[in-house]
Amino acid sequence: MTFVRKHAVLLSLVVVLAIAPFLFYPVLVMKVLCFALFACAFNLLLGYTGLLSFGHAAYFGAGAYTTGYAMTAWATTPELGLLFGVVTAALLGAVFGGLAIRRQGIYFAMITLALAQMLYFFCLQAPFTGGEDGLQGVPRGKLFGLIDLGNDDVMYVFVSLVFLGGFWLIDRIIRSPFGQVLKSIRENEDRALSLGYDVDRYKLVAFVLSSALAGLAGATKTLTFGFATLTDVFWGTSGEVVLMTLVGGVGTVLGPVIGAVVIIVLQNELADKVGSWVLVILGAIFVVNVLLFRKGIVGEITARFNRT
Amino acid sequence: MSPDYILETRGLTREFSGFVAVKDVELKVRGGSIHGLIGPNGAGKTTMFNMLTKFLLPSSGSIIYRGSDITGERPARVARRGLVRSFQISSTFPHMTVLENVRIALQRKMGGSFQFWRSERALDHLHDSAIRILASVELADYANLNAVELPYGRKRALELATTLALEPELLLLDEPTQGVAHEDVGRVVALIKKFAQGRTVLMVEHNLSVVEDLCDKITVLQRGQVLAEGSYQEVSNNPQVLEAYVGVADE
Repeated sequence: MTFVRKHAVLLSLVVVLAIAPFLFYPVLVMKVLCFALFACAFNLLLGYTGLLSFGHAAYFGAGAYTTGYAMTAWATTPELGLLFGVVTAALLGAVFGGLAIRRQGIYFAMITLALAQMLYFFCLQAPFTGGEDGLQGVPRGKLFGLIDLGNDDVMYVFVSLVFLGGFWLIDRIIRSPFGQVLKSIRENEDRALSLGYDVDRYKLVAFVLSSALAGLAGATKTLTFGFATLTDVFWGTSGEVVLMTLVGGVGTVLGPVIGAVVIIVLQNELADKVGSWVLVILGAIFVVNVLLFRKGIVGEITARFNRT
Repeated sequence: MSPDYILETRGLTREFSGFVAVKDVELKVRGGSIHGLIGPNGAGKTTMFNMLTKFLLPSSGSIIYRGSDITGERPARVARRGLVRSFQISSTFPHMTVLENVRIALQRKMGGSFQFWRSERALDHLHDSAIRILASVELADYANLNAVELPYGRKRALELATTLALEPELLLLDEPTQGVAHEDVGRVVALIKKFAQGRTVLMVEHNLSVVEDLCDKITVLQRGQVLAEGSYQEVSNNPQVLEAYVGVADE
């Protein structure tokens, strides 16, 4: 019973994921899962370390492109492709994060944005990214050389497992001794420093972990859809992940997942009906979010629940 | 240097774009004593504190702690050497529980704080020590409350408890009774007295009766320079000190 209580969130996600493909288009659910993982990775920084990275698409995109490249050019198996994407994103996070954490607050955010823009233009020009076309027709391959992911149902199970694994890991990090230190840095950086914590090193490790998981999300997205394009490294994607996290509830475990569901479903439903107006609608949601429910959907519900 | 001194500064100076906040200060803190740092507003007390704990780098001069030069060291490193500060404004981790506030300090001593793959249960064995420390500042009953929910005086006690959990050799207290309700000052003083045993304390304090009560030795700063030094009796009878304080009172 204690097992059920302790892993209640994770178990309910398993149940939801088991039912979801019967109610919704599985490819849409997979897209939601990739972005949900991306938002959870982002939330590890914003919600649990207090760092606003405004260029997180860089790591999502790095994972997306490198996995796509490995799958296409080297015809690796998907698990190796994903690993390659994750490692690349982590290394990129170590370099970019290492530069950005020297500054705080708005300066940190601006540096992460500037570095992400550099990567965007790199991807536009580099010979192996396909320029404006991106990488198209990336094969899904056979998992461990055995299981063909070409079938959407098999792929659905695979993406669900990747998402659950990433979600579990983030939850674990938040509750670990390391997570406690991150929380103390978010709460009062000077005090953490005066207790003898080398806050910059903790921030950097958090940044690398977050980048690696964002890379995993991007890499999984490439496998699912078979392409990696400039949108994956675009600043708009960085903005989207901020929006998802804030709408769902920053600093809550489930918030980014709910946020991703809301934003992706809205985009999907509205794209045909209102065209580019979808951006205006998302902007309006953001304004309402900041003015009326700053804690986000999950944050507000938890607050209500605790009050009664 | 003489081995009795745990902390020494030599010609310590800090300038802020032309304005000299601290000038040529030679401070010697004897091991095991409670040393007071007083002076009118703007005398450079907090600047001194920030330099000693490396939150500010000195423009010139050096800081010697237990015989080694720590002038160029980073703040976290200095804290790990056992020189730990409190802040002027009560400084807690507001959205962590009272217990977690103390535990985070205990955790630092234990090490292994980069282990992101371990469960929080790895910290459970620290609970008993944390509760014991909280009990010593009469906060054990509040252990599961968030720090932000405590009244101000209790936050002060919590900050002290967090600092003491590190078992610092040299404790730097920046105005420990500031903002504490009049009737609670006695409790804070008693706490400091209790924990000063076997340790060294350097404190900035405005409340002179607290200084009289606690401090073995007092250094008076004025305009960034040492004006006088000695016991409370000596310092309080020093005509220059009187003038400095009365001068301020006249403004």
